[in-house]
Amino acid sequence: MRPVNPRGAWTLFVRETHRFMKVKMQTIVAPALTAVLYLLIFRYAMGARSVPGLDVDYFSFLIPGLIMMAMLQNAFANTSSSIIVGKVMNVHIYLLMAPLSAIETVAAFLAAAMMRALVVAGVLLLVLAPFSDLGFAHWELIMFYGVCGSILMGGLGLIGGMWAKKFDDMALVNNFIIMPLTFLSGVFYSVTQLPPLWQTVNHFNPFFYLIDGFRYGFIGVGDTDPYMALWVVGGSTLICMLVCWYLWHIGWKVKE
Amino acid sequence: MSEIALDLRHLSKVYANGKVALEDVSLQVPAGTFYALLGPNGAGKSTLINMLADIVRPGGGTARLFGHDMFRERAWCKRHMGVVPQEVAFDPFFNPREVLKITSGMFGCKPDMAWIDELLDRLELREQERKTTRQLSGGMRRRLLVAQALVHKPPLVILDEPTAGVDVELRRRLWDFMRELNAAGTTILLTTHYLEEAEELCEHVTIIDRGRVGTDRPMRELMREVAGRYLWLSYGEGFVLTDADKEALAAFQPRSNGRGVCLTLRHAQGGFHEAYEAAVARFGPPQDAGVRQEDLEDVFIRLTRKDNLS
Repeated sequence: MRPVNPRGAWTLFVRETHRFMKVKMQTIVAPALTAVLYLLIFRYAMGARSVPGLDVDYFSFLIPGLIMMAMLQNAFANTSSSIIVGKVMNVHIYLLMAPLSAIETVAAFLAAAMMRALVVAGVLLLVLAPFSDLGFAHWELIMFYGVCGSILMGGLGLIGGMWAKKFDDMALVNNFIIMPLTFLSGVFYSVTQLPPLWQTVNHFNPFFYLIDGFRYGFIGVGDTDPYMALWVVGGSTLICMLVCWYLWHIGWKVKE
Repeated sequence: MSEIALDLRHLSKVYANGKVALEDVSLQVPAGTFYALLGPNGAGKSTLINMLADIVRPGGGTARLFGHDMFRERAWCKRHMGVVPQEVAFDPFFNPREVLKITSGMFGCKPDMAWIDELLDRLELREQERKTTRQLSGGMRRRLLVAQALVHKPPLVILDEPTAGVDVELRRRLWDFMRELNAAGTTILLTTHYLEEAEELCEHVTIIDRGRVGTDRPMRELMREVAGRYLWLSYGEGFVLTDADKEALAAFQPRSNGRGVCLTLRHAQGGFHEAYEAAVARFGPPQDAGVRQEDLEDVFIRLTRKDNLS
Protein backbone atom coordinates (compact mmCIF):
# COMPACT_ATOMS: atom_id res chain seq x y z
CA MET A 1 0.00 0.00 0.00
CA ARG A 2 1.50 3.34 -1.01
CA PRO A 3 1.43 6.28 1.40
CA VAL A 4 -1.84 8.04 0.64
CA ASN A 5 -3.16 9.26 3.93
CA PRO A 6 -1.01 12.05 5.39
CA ARG A 7 -3.93 13.34 7.46
CA GLY A 8 -4.36 9.87 8.94
CA ALA A 9 -0.67 9.66 9.82
CA TRP A 10 -0.75 13.14 11.34
CA THR A 11 -3.84 12.22 13.38
CA LEU A 12 -2.16 9.08 14.65
CA PHE A 13 0.90 11.13 15.63
CA VAL A 14 -1.31 13.66 17.45
CA ARG A 15 -3.21 10.82 19.16
CA GLU A 16 0.01 9.24 20.38
CA THR A 17 1.33 12.60 21.56
CA HIS A 18 -1.90 13.45 23.40
CA ARG A 19 -1.85 10.04 24.99
CA PHE A 20 1.39 10.68 26.84
CA MET A 21 0.54 14.29 27.58
CA LYS A 22 -2.69 13.19 29.27
CA VAL A 23 -0.65 11.28 31.83
CA LYS A 24 2.23 13.73 32.11
CA MET A 25 2.79 13.05 35.79
CA GLN A 26 3.77 9.56 34.81
CA THR A 27 5.45 10.29 31.49
CA ILE A 28 7.20 13.64 32.03
CA VAL A 29 7.35 14.56 35.71
CA ALA A 30 8.29 11.11 37.04
CA PRO A 31 11.38 10.71 34.79
CA ALA A 32 12.53 14.20 35.80
CA LEU A 33 12.18 13.33 39.48
CA THR A 34 14.03 10.04 38.99
CA ALA A 35 16.89 11.85 37.25
CA VAL A 36 17.14 14.40 40.07
CA LEU A 37 17.27 11.57 42.59
CA TYR A 38 20.08 9.85 40.67
CA LEU A 39 21.92 13.11 40.55
CA LEU A 40 21.60 13.79 44.26
CA ILE A 41 22.62 10.24 45.19
CA PHE A 42 25.67 10.23 42.95
CA ARG A 43 26.67 13.73 43.98
CA TYR A 44 27.03 12.57 47.58
CA ALA A 45 28.52 9.21 46.58
CA MET A 46 31.12 10.63 44.21
CA GLY A 47 31.78 14.04 45.78
CA ALA A 48 33.76 16.39 43.57
CA ARG A 49 35.73 13.68 41.81
CA SER A 50 36.52 13.74 38.11
CA VAL A 51 35.89 10.86 35.75
CA PRO A 52 39.15 8.93 35.29
CA GLY A 53 40.64 9.27 31.83
CA LEU A 54 38.23 11.93 30.63
CA ASP A 55 39.31 14.86 32.75
CA VAL A 56 35.77 16.06 33.33
CA ASP A 57 33.85 16.51 36.57
CA TYR A 58 31.44 13.72 37.36
CA PHE A 59 28.37 15.94 37.36
CA SER A 60 28.92 17.19 33.84
CA PHE A 61 29.63 13.60 32.81
CA LEU A 62 26.51 12.22 34.45
CA ILE A 63 23.85 14.71 33.35
CA PRO A 64 23.92 14.05 29.57
CA GLY A 65 23.89 10.32 30.27
CA LEU A 66 20.86 10.64 32.51
CA ILE A 67 19.05 12.72 29.90
CA MET A 68 19.80 10.23 27.16
CA MET A 69 18.82 7.28 29.34
CA ALA A 70 15.47 8.93 30.08
CA MET A 71 14.96 9.67 26.39
CA LEU A 72 15.66 6.06 25.42
CA GLN A 73 13.41 4.62 28.12
CA ASN A 74 10.55 7.01 27.35
CA ALA A 75 10.74 6.50 23.60
CA PHE A 76 10.55 2.76 24.19
CA ALA A 77 7.70 3.11 26.67
CA ASN A 78 5.65 5.32 24.34
CA THR A 79 5.36 2.86 21.48
CA SER A 80 5.41 -0.34 23.50
CA SER A 81 2.69 0.76 25.93
CA SER A 82 0.50 2.13 23.16
CA ILE A 83 0.64 -1.10 21.18
CA ILE A 84 0.20 -3.46 24.12
CA VAL A 85 -2.63 -1.39 25.65
CA GLY A 86 -4.22 -1.34 22.21
CA LYS A 87 -3.96 -5.11 21.93
CA VAL A 88 -5.24 -5.79 25.42
CA MET A 89 -8.12 -3.29 25.08
CA ASN A 90 -8.77 -4.41 21.50
CA VAL A 91 -8.36 -0.82 20.24
CA HIS A 92 -5.60 -1.85 17.87
CA ILE A 93 -8.29 -2.96 15.44
CA TYR A 94 -8.93 0.72 14.67
CA LEU A 95 -5.32 1.02 13.61
CA LEU A 96 -5.71 -2.00 11.39
CA MET A 97 -9.04 -0.84 9.96
CA ALA A 98 -7.83 2.69 9.19
CA PRO A 99 -6.56 3.37 5.66
CA LEU A 100 -3.00 3.84 6.84
CA SER A 101 -0.04 2.25 5.11
CA ALA A 102 2.70 0.58 7.14
CA ILE A 103 5.00 3.52 6.37
CA GLU A 104 2.46 6.02 7.69
CA THR A 105 1.70 3.99 10.79
CA VAL A 106 5.34 3.40 11.70
CA ALA A 107 6.32 7.00 10.93
CA ALA A 108 3.53 8.33 13.19
CA PHE A 109 4.46 6.02 16.07
CA LEU A 110 8.18 6.78 15.81
CA ALA A 111 7.60 10.52 15.51
CA ALA A 112 5.44 10.44 18.65
CA ALA A 113 8.10 8.41 20.49
CA MET A 114 10.69 10.98 19.45
CA MET A 115 8.41 13.81 20.56
CA ARG A 116 8.03 12.27 24.01
CA ALA A 117 11.78 11.73 24.26
CA LEU A 118 12.45 15.35 23.26
CA VAL A 119 9.89 16.70 25.73
CA VAL A 120 11.43 14.60 28.50
CA ALA A 121 14.92 15.75 27.46
CA GLY A 122 13.82 19.37 27.52
CA VAL A 123 12.32 19.05 30.99
CA LEU A 124 15.39 17.23 32.31
CA LEU A 125 17.72 19.85 30.88
CA LEU A 126 15.72 22.57 32.61
CA VAL A 127 15.74 20.65 35.89
CA LEU A 128 19.34 19.40 35.83
CA ALA A 129 21.19 22.24 34.13
CA PRO A 130 21.22 24.43 37.27
CA PHE A 131 23.30 21.75 39.02
CA SER A 132 26.15 22.06 36.52
CA ASP A 133 27.73 24.42 34.00
CA LEU A 134 26.89 22.12 31.13
CA GLY A 135 27.99 23.27 27.68
CA PHE A 136 26.88 22.40 24.15
CA ALA A 137 30.19 21.45 22.54
CA HIS A 138 28.69 19.81 19.45
CA TRP A 139 24.95 20.51 19.12
CA GLU A 140 24.81 18.54 15.83
CA LEU A 141 25.90 15.40 17.70
CA ILE A 142 23.36 16.06 20.45
CA MET A 143 20.60 16.29 17.84
CA PHE A 144 21.79 13.31 15.84
CA TYR A 145 22.20 10.96 18.78
CA GLY A 146 19.04 12.25 20.48
CA VAL A 147 16.89 11.78 17.40
CA CYS A 148 18.43 8.45 16.34
CA GLY A 149 18.28 7.08 19.89
CA SER A 150 14.60 8.01 20.21
CA ILE A 151 13.72 6.48 16.86
CA LEU A 152 15.72 3.34 17.57
CA MET A 153 14.11 2.84 20.96
CA GLY A 154 10.66 3.80 19.67
CA GLY A 155 11.14 1.16 17.00
CA LEU A 156 12.23 -1.48 19.51
CA GLY A 157 9.18 -0.56 21.60
CA LEU A 158 6.96 -1.02 18.58
CA ILE A 159 8.45 -4.44 17.87
CA GLY A 160 8.21 -5.40 21.57
CA GLY A 161 4.59 -4.26 21.70
CA MET A 162 3.72 -6.27 18.61
CA TRP A 163 5.43 -9.34 20.03
CA ALA A 164 3.89 -9.13 23.52
CA LYS A 165 0.55 -10.74 24.20
CA LYS A 166 0.12 -9.35 27.69
CA PHE A 167 1.57 -6.70 29.98
CA ASP A 168 3.78 -9.31 31.61
CA ASP A 169 5.54 -10.01 28.30
CA MET A 170 6.24 -6.32 27.95
CA ALA A 171 7.58 -6.11 31.49
CA LEU A 172 9.88 -9.01 30.63
CA VAL A 173 11.37 -7.14 27.67
CA ASN A 174 11.63 -3.91 29.63
CA ASN A 175 13.15 -5.32 32.79
CA PHE A 176 15.41 -7.99 31.35
CA ILE A 177 16.59 -6.40 28.11
CA ILE A 178 16.05 -2.67 27.95
CA MET A 179 16.84 -1.73 31.54
CA PRO A 180 20.10 -3.73 31.78
CA LEU A 181 21.27 -2.47 28.39
CA THR A 182 20.61 1.16 29.36
CA PHE A 183 22.10 0.86 32.84
CA LEU A 184 25.18 -0.95 31.50
CA SER A 185 25.76 1.49 28.68
CA GLY A 186 28.04 3.89 30.47
CA VAL A 187 25.50 6.29 31.87
CA PHE A 188 27.10 6.21 35.32
CA TYR A 189 30.68 5.32 34.43
CA SER A 190 33.30 5.63 31.76
CA VAL A 191 34.11 2.29 30.13
CA THR A 192 37.81 2.99 30.76
CA GLN A 193 37.03 2.33 34.43
CA LEU A 194 35.99 -1.25 33.60
CA PRO A 195 38.22 -4.36 33.36
CA PRO A 196 39.31 -5.09 29.74
CA LEU A 197 36.79 -7.89 29.23
CA TRP A 198 33.87 -5.69 30.27
CA GLN A 199 35.17 -2.86 28.15
CA THR A 200 34.93 -5.18 25.15
CA VAL A 201 31.46 -6.36 26.19
CA ASN A 202 30.35 -2.75 26.52
CA HIS A 203 31.33 -2.08 22.93
CA PHE A 204 28.76 -4.66 21.82
CA ASN A 205 26.00 -2.77 23.61
CA PRO A 206 24.38 -0.46 21.03
CA PHE A 207 23.10 1.84 23.78
CA PHE A 208 26.71 2.55 24.76
CA TYR A 209 27.29 4.41 21.47
CA LEU A 210 24.07 6.38 21.89
CA ILE A 211 24.94 7.51 25.41
CA ASP A 212 28.58 8.19 24.63
CA GLY A 213 27.88 10.11 21.43
CA PHE A 214 25.14 12.16 23.05
CA ARG A 215 27.40 12.97 25.99
CA TYR A 216 30.24 13.92 23.65
CA GLY A 217 27.90 16.49 22.14
CA PHE A 218 27.70 18.22 25.52
CA ILE A 219 31.15 17.86 27.07
CA GLY A 220 33.35 17.30 24.03
CA VAL A 221 35.01 14.12 25.37
CA GLY A 222 33.94 10.49 25.36
CA ASP A 223 35.00 6.85 25.30
CA THR A 224 34.70 6.43 21.53
CA ASP A 225 35.00 8.55 18.43
CA PRO A 226 31.43 9.83 18.07
CA TYR A 227 31.91 10.54 14.37
CA MET A 228 32.78 6.90 13.74
CA ALA A 229 29.86 5.76 15.89
CA LEU A 230 27.52 7.84 13.71
CA TRP A 231 27.58 5.02 11.20
CA VAL A 232 26.80 2.37 13.80
CA VAL A 233 23.92 4.38 15.25
CA GLY A 234 22.61 5.66 11.91
CA GLY A 235 22.75 2.16 10.41
CA SER A 236 21.05 0.56 13.42
CA THR A 237 18.30 3.18 13.32
CA LEU A 238 17.71 2.63 9.63
CA ILE A 239 17.62 -1.15 10.04
CA CYS A 240 15.23 -0.82 12.97
CA MET A 241 12.88 1.39 10.92
CA LEU A 242 12.93 -1.08 8.04
CA VAL A 243 12.21 -3.99 10.38
CA CYS A 244 9.30 -2.04 11.95
CA TRP A 245 7.90 -1.25 8.50
CA TYR A 246 8.17 -4.86 7.37
CA LEU A 247 6.64 -6.34 10.53
CA TRP A 248 3.73 -3.90 10.47
CA HIS A 249 3.29 -4.48 6.75
CA ILE A 250 2.86 -8.22 7.25
CA GLY A 251 0.81 -7.76 10.43
CA TRP A 252 3.28 -9.73 12.54
CA LYS A 253 1.57 -10.83 15.78
CA VAL A 254 -1.26 -8.33 15.28
CA LYS A 255 -3.25 -10.01 12.51
CA GLU A 256 -4.38 -13.61 12.64
CA MET B 1 -20.50 3.27 -8.30
CA SER B 2 -21.13 -0.42 -8.90
CA GLU B 3 -24.63 -1.76 -8.30
CA ILE B 4 -23.10 -4.48 -6.17
CA ALA B 5 -21.69 -2.99 -2.99
CA LEU B 6 -19.92 -6.09 -1.80
CA ASP B 7 -19.02 -8.98 -4.06
CA LEU B 8 -17.37 -11.91 -2.30
CA ARG B 9 -16.28 -14.93 -4.30
CA HIS B 10 -15.01 -18.22 -2.94
CA LEU B 11 -13.60 -16.77 0.26
CA SER B 12 -11.80 -19.20 2.49
CA LYS B 13 -9.81 -18.91 5.67
CA VAL B 14 -7.87 -21.49 7.60
CA TYR B 15 -6.26 -20.31 10.85
CA ALA B 16 -2.73 -21.24 11.82
CA ASN B 17 -4.09 -23.85 14.24
CA GLY B 18 -5.78 -25.61 11.32
CA LYS B 19 -9.32 -24.45 12.11
CA VAL B 20 -11.30 -23.94 8.94
CA ALA B 21 -13.24 -20.73 9.54
CA LEU B 22 -14.52 -20.07 6.03
CA GLU B 23 -14.95 -22.45 3.13
CA ASP B 24 -15.85 -21.21 -0.34
CA VAL B 25 -18.09 -18.39 0.84
CA SER B 26 -19.63 -16.32 -1.95
CA LEU B 27 -22.23 -13.61 -1.58
CA GLN B 28 -23.23 -10.40 -3.29
CA VAL B 29 -24.65 -7.47 -1.37
CA PRO B 30 -26.52 -5.10 -3.70
CA ALA B 31 -25.84 -1.40 -3.15
CA GLY B 32 -28.42 0.30 -0.97
CA THR B 33 -29.73 -2.86 0.70
CA PHE B 34 -30.10 -3.73 4.36
CA TYR B 35 -28.53 -7.19 4.31
CA ALA B 36 -28.49 -9.79 7.07
CA LEU B 37 -25.56 -12.14 7.56
CA LEU B 38 -26.68 -14.68 10.11
CA GLY B 39 -25.24 -17.78 11.64
CA PRO B 40 -24.76 -19.50 14.98
CA ASN B 41 -21.76 -18.74 17.17
CA GLY B 42 -18.55 -19.87 15.51
CA ALA B 43 -20.14 -19.96 12.07
CA GLY B 44 -17.46 -17.71 10.58
CA LYS B 45 -19.35 -14.39 10.42
CA SER B 46 -16.81 -12.43 12.42
CA THR B 47 -13.91 -14.03 10.57
CA LEU B 48 -15.51 -12.92 7.33
CA ILE B 49 -16.03 -9.38 8.60
CA ASN B 50 -12.56 -9.17 10.13
CA MET B 51 -11.08 -10.35 6.87
CA LEU B 52 -12.85 -7.55 5.02
CA ALA B 53 -11.79 -5.05 7.71
CA ASP B 54 -8.11 -6.14 7.43
CA ILE B 55 -8.01 -7.39 11.01
CA VAL B 56 -7.56 -10.98 9.85
CA ARG B 57 -5.30 -11.89 6.94
CA PRO B 58 -7.21 -13.02 3.86
CA GLY B 59 -7.16 -16.68 2.90
CA GLY B 60 -8.34 -17.59 -0.60
CA GLY B 61 -10.91 -15.97 -2.85
CA THR B 62 -11.69 -12.44 -3.96
CA ALA B 63 -13.60 -9.55 -2.44
CA ARG B 64 -14.68 -6.41 -4.23
CA LEU B 65 -16.18 -3.29 -2.71
CA PHE B 66 -18.06 -1.20 -5.26
CA GLY B 67 -15.89 -2.86 -7.89
CA HIS B 68 -12.57 -2.26 -6.09
CA ASP B 69 -10.40 -5.20 -5.03
CA MET B 70 -10.52 -5.23 -1.24
CA PHE B 71 -7.26 -7.12 -0.86
CA ARG B 72 -5.27 -4.96 -3.30
CA GLU B 73 -6.90 -1.54 -3.00
CA ARG B 74 -7.05 -1.61 0.76
CA ALA B 75 -6.85 2.13 1.36
CA TRP B 76 -9.71 2.99 -1.00
CA CYS B 77 -11.89 0.22 0.38
CA LYS B 78 -11.21 1.12 4.01
CA ARG B 79 -12.25 4.71 3.37
CA HIS B 80 -15.54 3.51 1.90
CA MET B 81 -16.40 1.07 4.64
CA GLY B 82 -17.26 1.44 8.31
CA VAL B 83 -17.18 -1.54 10.63
CA VAL B 84 -18.71 -1.95 14.08
CA PRO B 85 -16.64 -4.73 15.64
CA GLN B 86 -18.28 -7.41 17.71
CA GLU B 87 -15.99 -6.95 20.69
CA VAL B 88 -16.22 -3.68 22.55
CA ALA B 89 -13.02 -1.72 21.98
CA PHE B 90 -12.38 1.61 23.63
CA ASP B 91 -9.42 3.88 24.07
CA PRO B 92 -9.30 4.74 27.78
CA PHE B 93 -7.38 7.99 27.21
CA PHE B 94 -10.03 9.89 25.27
CA ASN B 95 -13.63 11.02 25.51
CA PRO B 96 -16.26 10.21 22.85
CA ARG B 97 -15.86 13.54 21.03
CA GLU B 98 -12.08 13.11 20.86
CA VAL B 99 -12.46 9.49 19.76
CA LEU B 100 -14.70 10.54 16.87
CA LYS B 101 -12.34 13.32 15.80
CA ILE B 102 -9.40 10.91 15.91
CA THR B 103 -11.24 8.20 14.00
CA SER B 104 -12.31 10.70 11.39
CA GLY B 105 -8.75 11.95 10.96
CA MET B 106 -7.29 8.46 10.78
CA PHE B 107 -9.70 7.69 7.95
CA GLY B 108 -8.26 10.69 6.13
CA CYS B 109 -11.21 13.04 6.67
CA LYS B 110 -11.20 16.49 8.17
CA PRO B 111 -13.45 16.07 11.21
CA ASP B 112 -16.97 17.22 10.29
CA MET B 113 -18.09 18.73 13.59
CA ALA B 114 -21.74 19.03 12.53
CA TRP B 115 -21.82 15.33 11.68
CA ILE B 116 -20.01 14.44 14.92
CA ASP B 117 -22.61 16.47 16.84
CA GLU B 118 -25.38 14.66 15.02
CA LEU B 119 -23.85 11.27 15.75
CA LEU B 120 -23.49 12.12 19.43
CA ASP B 121 -27.13 13.25 19.49
CA ARG B 122 -28.57 10.36 17.52
CA LEU B 123 -26.62 7.77 19.47
CA GLU B 124 -27.47 9.52 22.72
CA LEU B 125 -23.90 10.15 23.79
CA ARG B 126 -24.14 13.92 24.04
CA GLU B 127 -24.23 13.95 27.84
CA GLN B 128 -21.17 11.72 27.96
CA GLU B 129 -19.16 13.50 25.28
CA ARG B 130 -16.63 14.90 27.78
CA LYS B 131 -16.33 11.78 29.93
CA THR B 132 -13.50 9.38 29.22
CA THR B 133 -14.55 6.14 27.57
CA ARG B 134 -13.55 4.38 30.78
CA GLN B 135 -16.53 6.06 32.48
CA LEU B 136 -19.07 4.88 29.89
CA SER B 137 -21.38 1.93 30.38
CA GLY B 138 -21.17 -1.11 28.12
CA GLY B 139 -24.14 0.05 26.05
CA MET B 140 -22.66 3.52 25.64
CA ARG B 141 -19.33 2.10 24.52
CA ARG B 142 -21.12 0.00 21.94
CA ARG B 143 -22.98 3.06 20.65
CA LEU B 144 -19.65 4.84 20.41
CA LEU B 145 -18.41 2.00 18.20
CA VAL B 146 -21.39 2.62 15.93
CA ALA B 147 -20.55 6.33 15.81
CA GLN B 148 -16.92 5.50 14.96
CA ALA B 149 -18.05 3.32 12.07
CA LEU B 150 -20.18 6.16 10.69
CA VAL B 151 -17.97 9.17 11.34
CA HIS B 152 -16.28 9.11 7.92
CA LYS B 153 -19.66 8.65 6.17
CA PRO B 154 -18.90 5.35 4.46
CA PRO B 155 -21.29 4.04 1.77
CA LEU B 156 -21.04 0.53 3.28
CA VAL B 157 -21.51 -0.07 6.98
CA ILE B 158 -20.90 -3.49 8.52
CA LEU B 159 -22.53 -3.99 11.89
CA ASP B 160 -21.27 -7.03 13.77
CA GLU B 161 -23.83 -7.49 16.54
CA PRO B 162 -24.12 -3.78 17.26
CA THR B 163 -26.98 -4.01 19.74
CA ALA B 164 -25.64 -6.58 22.21
CA GLY B 165 -26.04 -5.03 25.66
CA VAL B 166 -28.09 -2.08 24.38
CA ASP B 167 -31.52 -1.69 25.99
CA VAL B 168 -34.71 -2.18 24.01
CA GLU B 169 -35.68 1.48 23.68
CA LEU B 170 -32.24 2.57 22.54
CA ARG B 171 -32.06 -0.37 20.18
CA ARG B 172 -35.23 0.76 18.49
CA ARG B 173 -33.93 4.30 18.12
CA LEU B 174 -30.62 2.98 16.79
CA TRP B 175 -32.46 0.96 14.15
CA ASP B 176 -34.53 4.00 13.20
CA PHE B 177 -31.27 5.83 12.59
CA MET B 178 -29.89 2.91 10.56
CA ARG B 179 -33.08 2.83 8.50
CA GLU B 180 -32.66 6.52 7.72
CA LEU B 181 -29.07 5.98 6.64
CA ASN B 182 -30.14 3.05 4.52
CA ALA B 183 -32.94 5.09 2.95
CA ALA B 184 -30.34 7.76 2.13
CA GLY B 185 -28.33 5.15 0.19
CA THR B 186 -25.98 3.56 2.71
CA THR B 187 -25.61 -0.19 2.27
CA ILE B 188 -25.81 -2.00 5.59
CA LEU B 189 -24.56 -5.50 6.31
CA LEU B 190 -25.84 -6.68 9.66
CA THR B 191 -25.03 -9.63 11.83
CA THR B 192 -27.13 -10.06 14.92
CA HIS B 193 -28.51 -12.67 17.26
CA TYR B 194 -31.75 -10.68 17.57
CA LEU B 195 -33.36 -12.38 14.63
CA GLU B 196 -36.64 -10.50 14.89
CA GLU B 197 -34.62 -7.35 14.18
CA ALA B 198 -33.00 -8.92 11.14
CA GLU B 199 -36.41 -10.05 9.89
CA GLU B 200 -37.85 -6.59 10.35
CA LEU B 201 -34.94 -4.62 8.91
CA CYS B 202 -33.29 -6.69 6.21
CA GLU B 203 -34.28 -7.28 2.62
CA HIS B 204 -31.89 -10.14 2.04
CA VAL B 205 -30.45 -12.83 4.24
CA THR B 206 -27.44 -15.10 4.04
CA ILE B 207 -27.05 -17.77 6.66
CA ILE B 208 -23.62 -19.24 7.13
CA ASP B 209 -22.86 -22.21 9.29
CA ARG B 210 -19.54 -23.82 10.01
CA GLY B 211 -17.85 -21.62 7.46
CA ARG B 212 -20.19 -22.35 4.58
CA VAL B 213 -23.13 -20.52 3.05
CA GLY B 214 -26.28 -22.46 3.83
CA THR B 215 -29.02 -20.12 2.66
CA ASP B 216 -28.80 -17.00 0.52
CA ARG B 217 -32.06 -15.42 -0.60
CA PRO B 218 -34.34 -12.41 -0.21
CA MET B 219 -35.94 -12.24 3.22
CA ARG B 220 -39.49 -12.28 1.87
CA GLU B 221 -38.77 -15.27 -0.34
CA LEU B 222 -37.19 -17.12 2.57
CA MET B 223 -40.13 -16.44 4.82
CA ARG B 224 -42.64 -17.29 2.08
CA GLU B 225 -41.02 -20.46 0.84
CA VAL B 226 -39.08 -21.82 3.79
CA ALA B 227 -40.94 -20.54 6.83
CA GLY B 228 -43.89 -22.78 7.41
CA ARG B 229 -46.17 -23.39 10.31
CA TYR B 230 -45.55 -25.58 13.25
CA LEU B 231 -47.66 -27.45 15.72
CA TRP B 232 -46.75 -26.98 19.36
CA LEU B 233 -47.92 -29.39 22.02
CA SER B 234 -47.46 -28.67 25.68
CA TYR B 235 -46.64 -31.49 28.14
CA GLY B 236 -45.57 -29.42 31.13
CA GLU B 237 -42.20 -28.63 32.75
CA GLY B 238 -39.43 -31.20 32.51
CA PHE B 239 -40.42 -32.55 29.11
CA VAL B 240 -37.45 -34.27 27.47
CA LEU B 241 -37.12 -35.07 23.80
CA THR B 242 -34.97 -38.17 23.45
CA ASP B 243 -32.97 -39.24 20.42
CA ALA B 244 -35.49 -42.03 19.91
CA ASP B 245 -38.31 -39.45 19.87
CA LYS B 246 -36.40 -37.36 17.35
CA GLU B 247 -35.92 -40.36 15.15
CA ALA B 248 -39.55 -41.42 15.39
CA LEU B 249 -40.80 -37.91 14.54
CA ALA B 250 -38.01 -37.03 12.11
CA ALA B 251 -40.49 -36.20 9.34
CA PHE B 252 -41.70 -33.23 11.41
CA GLN B 253 -38.26 -31.96 12.50
CA PRO B 254 -39.15 -32.05 16.21
CA ARG B 255 -37.60 -29.64 18.73
CA SER B 256 -38.31 -29.04 22.36
CA ASN B 257 -38.38 -25.99 24.58
CA GLY B 258 -38.38 -28.05 27.79
CA ARG B 259 -42.14 -27.89 28.24
CA GLY B 260 -43.31 -29.62 25.10
CA VAL B 261 -42.55 -30.30 21.48
CA CYS B 262 -42.79 -28.32 18.24
CA LEU B 263 -43.42 -30.16 14.98
CA THR B 264 -42.95 -28.50 11.60
CA LEU B 265 -45.95 -28.77 9.32
CA ARG B 266 -45.15 -29.38 5.71
CA HIS B 267 -45.54 -26.12 3.91
CA ALA B 268 -47.84 -26.99 1.03
CA GLN B 269 -49.87 -29.87 2.35
CA GLY B 270 -50.48 -28.74 5.90
CA GLY B 271 -50.06 -32.10 7.61
CA PHE B 272 -51.70 -31.05 10.88
CA HIS B 273 -53.46 -34.35 11.51
CA GLU B 274 -50.42 -36.47 10.76
CA ALA B 275 -48.25 -34.42 13.11
CA TYR B 276 -50.82 -34.33 15.89
CA GLU B 277 -51.50 -38.06 15.74
CA ALA B 278 -47.79 -38.88 15.63
CA ALA B 279 -47.19 -36.77 18.75
CA VAL B 280 -50.14 -38.23 20.64
CA ALA B 281 -49.03 -41.74 19.72
CA ARG B 282 -45.59 -40.96 21.08
CA PHE B 283 -46.30 -38.79 24.14
CA GLY B 284 -50.02 -39.11 24.82
CA PRO B 285 -52.62 -36.30 24.80
CA PRO B 286 -51.08 -32.85 25.32
CA GLN B 287 -52.15 -30.36 28.00
CA ASP B 288 -52.46 -27.69 25.35
CA ALA B 289 -51.75 -27.34 21.63
CA GLY B 290 -51.80 -24.84 18.78
CA VAL B 291 -50.51 -23.93 15.34
CA ARG B 292 -48.13 -21.01 14.81
CA GLN B 293 -46.41 -19.35 11.89
CA GLU B 294 -42.65 -19.73 11.91
CA ASP B 295 -40.60 -16.57 12.23
CA LEU B 296 -37.00 -16.08 11.15
CA GLU B 297 -35.73 -17.51 14.40
CA ASP B 298 -37.61 -20.77 13.82
CA VAL B 299 -36.35 -20.96 10.26
CA PHE B 300 -32.82 -20.16 11.43
CA ILE B 301 -32.88 -22.88 14.07
CA ARG B 302 -34.25 -25.37 11.61
CA LEU B 303 -31.71 -24.49 8.91
CA THR B 304 -28.71 -24.54 11.22
CA ARG B 305 -29.54 -27.71 13.09
CA LYS B 306 -26.54 -30.01 13.25
CA ASP B 307 -28.34 -32.82 11.45
CA ASN B 308 -29.50 -30.48 8.71
CA LEU B 309 -26.23 -29.67 7.07
CA SER B 310 -25.63 -30.63 3.54
